[in-house]
Amino acid sequence: MNPGTPSSSSSFQASLPHAPWAAAELSRIPYWLYTDQAVFAREMERIFCGRSWAYVGLAVEIPQAGDYLTTTVGNRPIIVCRNRDGELRAFANHCAHRGVKFCRQRSGKATRFTCPYHQWTYDLNGDLKGVPFRAGVKGQGGMPEDFDLSQHGLTPLKVAEHHGVLFASFDLSIEPFLDYLGDTNRYYFERVFDGRELRVIGYSRQLIPGNWKLMFENIKDPYHASLLHVFLVTFGLFRADQESQVKMDDTGRHGLLISRRGTQQATEHTKDIANLRADFTLRDARLLDPVKEFKDSATVVMQTIWPNLIVQQQSNTIAMRQIQPRGPDAFELSWTFFGYEDDDEAMRTRRLRQANLMSASGLVSGDDSEVIKLAQDGLKPYPEREAVLEMGGRGTHDEEHMVTETAIRAFYKYYREVMEL
Amino acid sequence: MAFDPVLYRELDDLNARYGEALDDGPLEDWPELFTEQCLYLIIPRENEERGLLLAIMRCESRDMLKDRVTAVRETMMYEPRYLRHHITNARILTQAGDTMSAVANFTVIEVLPEELPRILITGRYRDQLRREADGAWRFVERRCVYDSTLVPNSIIYPV
Ligand SMILES: [Fe+2]
Repeated sequence: MNPGTPSSSSSFQASLPHAPWAAAELSRIPYWLYTDQAVFAREMERIFCGRSWAYVGLAVEIPQAGDYLTTTVGNRPIIVCRNRDGELRAFANHCAHRGVKFCRQRSGKATRFTCPYHQWTYDLNGDLKGVPFRAGVKGQGGMPEDFDLSQHGLTPLKVAEHHGVLFASFDLSIEPFLDYLGDTNRYYFERVFDGRELRVIGYSRQLIPGNWKLMFENIKDPYHASLLHVFLVTFGLFRADQESQVKMDDTGRHGLLISRRGTQQATEHTKDIANLRADFTLRDARLLDPVKEFKDSATVVMQTIWPNLIVQQQSNTIAMRQIQPRGPDAFELSWTFFGYEDDDEAMRTRRLRQANLMSASGLVSGDDSEVIKLAQDGLKPYPEREAVLEMGGRGTHDEEHMVTETAIRAFYKYYREVMEL
Repeated sequence: MAFDPVLYRELDDLNARYGEALDDGPLEDWPELFTEQCLYLIIPRENEERGLLLAIMRCESRDMLKDRVTAVRETMMYEPRYLRHHITNARILTQAGDTMSAVANFTVIEVLPEELPRILITGRYRDQLRREADGAWRFVERRCVYDSTLVPNSIIYPV
């Protein structure tokens, strides 16, 4: 792929029945981008199956040889497993014979994978090992003499592990994961994944009826957090007047929202927050009993890693949120909540309680999934119109405050390069 | 084991009140169906079966249930909706004096504005109950274990 080639940029756009998106424009986003089937197909090909490292799971979910999990990269089903030597492998969950999604378990242990349709059998490296009746029956039928098993393995993905987190790429020539992540994002990634053994505490999965990019926009948007999330604001967990940063990598594709907890009080800066409920107190304060556990002063870091991952650290609730698009109008948001193997009992309980804020029924994240649906409902009938992203200017640089949409603009800067759009 | 039919009537009545509080309100009636010290959980079946403790909604006391009600009323932003509980197949598992354990199936239909009714969630309640001084049975524990891995968008109201 050759990002940014002007000729192919205009040719793809020209093929679309929409008003053009002006070259290099980042403070206007056309609404056809969230609904068009051809745009979606190109996203799957260029973004999810192109030069990107997609989050696919945690190493602790498949600790031993033969352990596997199934997930998707974009909308494509894949399997991630450990082969007999315990090495990580990933390949398409898509039989090389007739395309069947042959593995139907979320996770498990296997010595081989056999497609139920015609029993084609693959080993844990994805290599085809057996084709029933290959030599025919009673001298009749069978595969041609020159049929070569080695040419019909499962489509492989490259796998990377960093401090217990697994990523995969359909592009086998992609750069190493740490080069892809960049230094700033690596620092914050390793703040949560510091090498300690992780412990999965559970999953929550929701099907959100909106375009997948709206989820990234949401997490890259500190402007909304102070306004939409009355619960966060009321308890001082995230508020416009707190010391904050918005950081990106050099390309703009990854982002960080970093902030610090304040107190529950009205200030001159909260007067624009019509919904602030200074009078709301919890009857059972155990719901919100955050303790400092990371070495720096940040109490919330929301990291977005291109193309499908949000690393959520809000107080003591830590989770991977994996974005799995299902067409332009919906995506699965799959949460893996975790803590550390060395958490004490009090911390385990605290993480379970704080999950009330962030899940498919989150006191905070529920606002986001609801508003994403409203956004899709509202923009879909108006494909010729466009979003306005001018908060904090029209640039794409890092900021030391929350009153900005810079990280969304940076996301679209890289998006336009990759999509040649 | 056969149980006193009166017990069954009381259990069915409690489940009916439970659905009514969430579907027709007032929502403030819902916490009153629990004992003061209680546990309310909505858990995906995949977590339950794997021994993973994470619940998508977790209230550890009647006060925490009330906090959830306040959040639904005062702080959360969501599309207006109606819920309709269908609680069936209630069965008493054990009973001794003022304590009882029971199960029931639940299916909650959700109606959003301008949309057809759809199934929001379906699964099984696993309950521990106690008869309190006023004679009423209340939930000491209600675990709502739902069968799907996915939920359609968000669960705003308790189920
Ligand atoms: Fe949000």
